[in-house]
Amino acid sequence: MSGEVAGEVRVVVAVVLQTVVVVVAAPFLVGVLRQVRARWEGRVGQGLLQPWRDLVKLARKEPLQASGSTVVAWVAPVVVLGSGLLLAALVPTVTTAGPARLPADLFVVVSVLLVGTVALGLLGLDAGSAFGGMGSSRHLTIAALVEPTVLLAVYALSVPVGSTALGPIVEGRLADPGRVVAPAGVLAVVALAIAVVAETARIPVDNPSTHLELTMVHEAMVLESSGRDLAAVELGSWLRLSVLLALVANLVVPWGVATAGDGGPGLPALALGVVAVVVKTAASGVVLATAEVFMAKLRLFRVPELLTGSFVLAFLAVTGSYVIG
Amino acid sequence: MSATPTAGPVLPQPVLSRPTTREALRADVAALLADGHRMLLVVAENAPGAVRLGYVLARPDGGPEGPSGAGESRVELTLEVSTDDAWVPTIADLSYPGGRFEREIRDLFGVEPRDHPLPRRLVRHAHWPRAWHPLLGERSAQTDVVPDFGEDLSAFPFLEVGGDGVYEIPVGPVHAGLIEPGHFRFSVVGETIVRMKARLWYVHRGVERLFEGRTPDDGVVLAERISGDTAVGHTLAYALACEEALGLVVPQRDRLVRALLLELERMHNHAADLGMILNDVAFGLANVHLQRVRENLLRLNESVTGHRLLRGGVRVGGADVVALPDVGLVRAAAADVAEVVRLALEHPMVLDRLVATAVLGREDAVRMGVLGYVARASGVDVDARRDHPFVDPAALPGGPPAPAVDSEGDVLARFTVRAREVEASARFVVAATEVLASGGPRASAGPQSAAPRGIARGLGIVEAWRGLLCHRVTVGADGRLARVKVVDPSFMNWPALPVALADTIVPDFPLANKSFNQSYAGNDL
Repeated sequence: MSGEVAGEVRVVVAVVLQTVVVVVAAPFLVGVLRQVRARWEGRVGQGLLQPWRDLVKLARKEPLQASGSTVVAWVAPVVVLGSGLLLAALVPTVTTAGPARLPADLFVVVSVLLVGTVALGLLGLDAGSAFGGMGSSRHLTIAALVEPTVLLAVYALSVPVGSTALGPIVEGRLADPGRVVAPAGVLAVVALAIAVVAETARIPVDNPSTHLELTMVHEAMVLESSGRDLAAVELGSWLRLSVLLALVANLVVPWGVATAGDGGPGLPALALGVVAVVVKTAASGVVLATAEVFMAKLRLFRVPELLTGSFVLAFLAVTGSYVIG
Repeated sequence: MSATPTAGPVLPQPVLSRPTTREALRADVAALLADGHRMLLVVAENAPGAVRLGYVLARPDGGPEGPSGAGESRVELTLEVSTDDAWVPTIADLSYPGGRFEREIRDLFGVEPRDHPLPRRLVRHAHWPRAWHPLLGERSAQTDVVPDFGEDLSAFPFLEVGGDGVYEIPVGPVHAGLIEPGHFRFSVVGETIVRMKARLWYVHRGVERLFEGRTPDDGVVLAERISGDTAVGHTLAYALACEEALGLVVPQRDRLVRALLLELERMHNHAADLGMILNDVAFGLANVHLQRVRENLLRLNESVTGHRLLRGGVRVGGADVVALPDVGLVRAAAADVAEVVRLALEHPMVLDRLVATAVLGREDAVRMGVLGYVARASGVDVDARRDHPFVDPAALPGGPPAPAVDSEGDVLARFTVRAREVEASARFVVAATEVLASGGPRASAGPQSAAPRGIARGLGIVEAWRGLLCHRVTVGADGRLARVKVVDPSFMNWPALPVALADTIVPDFPLANKSFNQSYAGNDL
């Protein structure tokens, strides 16, 4: 009995540690993305710490709200940040362990993702400005195409494991590395990667560094936010980016993640898990930023084509995983 | 042609001035337009108790757009109207740019174009005091007083588009990037632009008024600053106009130096804009390389005239350079531009964004009198370097830079036309530098300034990098500037942007706008 309690305490410690690691690392990941782009473009770059400095600066500032904005203007940033934190806790990045009463189920994770997406969309609409509404409209259009793909892709991965929880899926790939290169698995991961790029507003779907209001998706929605509110929205968005990128990295290269084991993950396993996830995510960040440098932004009306393609991949993956196994 | 600098055809072609009357104006304008002339500008100037209007039209010598062999022609129809009875019959139905000049003159001088089909205010903003016409009356201490501006109470009139799901997006006048002020009102269904209305004229500085009372030589610094990126274009048009008014003949060598400076200006602007077009499709890598090329060109400019934007090169009566450009750097810049452009056009995603975006049809381009690379990308072969030369083509090594023409009228056409112009300009700069370095043509001075000849007028036409640019100068009997009228090609090209936007989607607007890249400051003086 006491061993069970100790095991549960260890799991909680592991999850808290995982959340803290993701929160600390998320702005660094954004720094890596920006720095890699800067270097490719022959610029010195702002350094890895700049997103953290921006965040600290914004957090100290009083948020100003546009006239006509409602309670949504300050609730939505909290929800975006909250959903990001919840994702950080639920999705297996450092460890695949999770408290039994907090299901890291596929459907729960996608719902949490969607809560953040909708909150962001409402935030864009709230002040009633044309840009915000335009951004929200585009954002939700993209979300409507992305979420089913995420659902399907992860579902395809869950078939061989027999569980829709993300922890066992990653553990399953660790136990049977053959699945990493199985055709259905590869299709699913590619579909998921495209969905992640769209979900996190990266090139070729959105351009995170543009100043052109009329082309924006994500940036247009946060134009009216400032100070602490903006810090919360930014950190929430960065958490989503980091968690999703780390998830893809863990699916492709599952080694190093701290498994639940018998009595919850031990300290050495957790330490290894932290190092592994930081290295893997940073590497995937470098790959993502490099790919972005050599791509242009798609015409908005071409984005559905890309996302439909990723949905088809995910669908094939589901079919494939039943047929091939 | 002859080696002596003063022989050969009289260039630039002098303006033929012809008085007309209110009754005959429309028929005269129609006859000139039918004879292959295009409307260059309509200028108003103050006369005792009256406003003197000049309708300036010009016809190219040959070229696909003009009747060949008839010879170049520049005509000014003059008409005086009393300030008590200040109206003219409109020519808006004969010439679209003519109608816009009439609205400009109505706002600045109070001369009413009668029966104008679109009599809305153009330059005037609603906060200007009622019945205040900033250019009316000789310049005096009174006209220099800035009036009390009220609040802008009137709504900005634009066509409201009705129907299900139509919404409006107001953008500007203050933008997120480092660009000039302009207000754009989009009526949109979903993401498709149904209609766009641009409100400009936020940067009225009274430049034309500031010229008045200066000596022609003192006007140069002002002309260089009308639109910072077109320092050579504006200064050269100004100098040509002054020279015609003063009867100055510019030595052949200085003419060649001017042609060379004009192409250097074209190169650095085109390089920067090509990069920014690519930046707007998020292909930042190409942009940083083109901005590097631009920086190299700016440094080269500094070595040529002592100023990065080529100020100080052109003066009334001649041109000065500190040193001739390093042809190696010019060749390298052109090669770099060509390489980046090739890489960009081989990129399917980039190409997909540029193709068929914001198409300006040839018919619309001709009807609106569009100029420069915007016109040439829509299949209208206009180029003042060939049509209205200021330097004997025979003296140009290899002839004037060949105009690049495309027929598609989309962003890609405007992009490739400008890329080809960089190549042509670089070839010309290299060839001209070699001719100048080898000593010819000699720097012999022509007959210099004649005595003041009473009130004298002159016209300068230049193919600046944005397109055909004119200055029309009046020098008073005291030898000082009485009136300078400036027409940047942006004045002609701005109205074409909304036309090109039909069926374009909102997120492609910045790209379309960048491919036009018209000047706000050059448009609003």
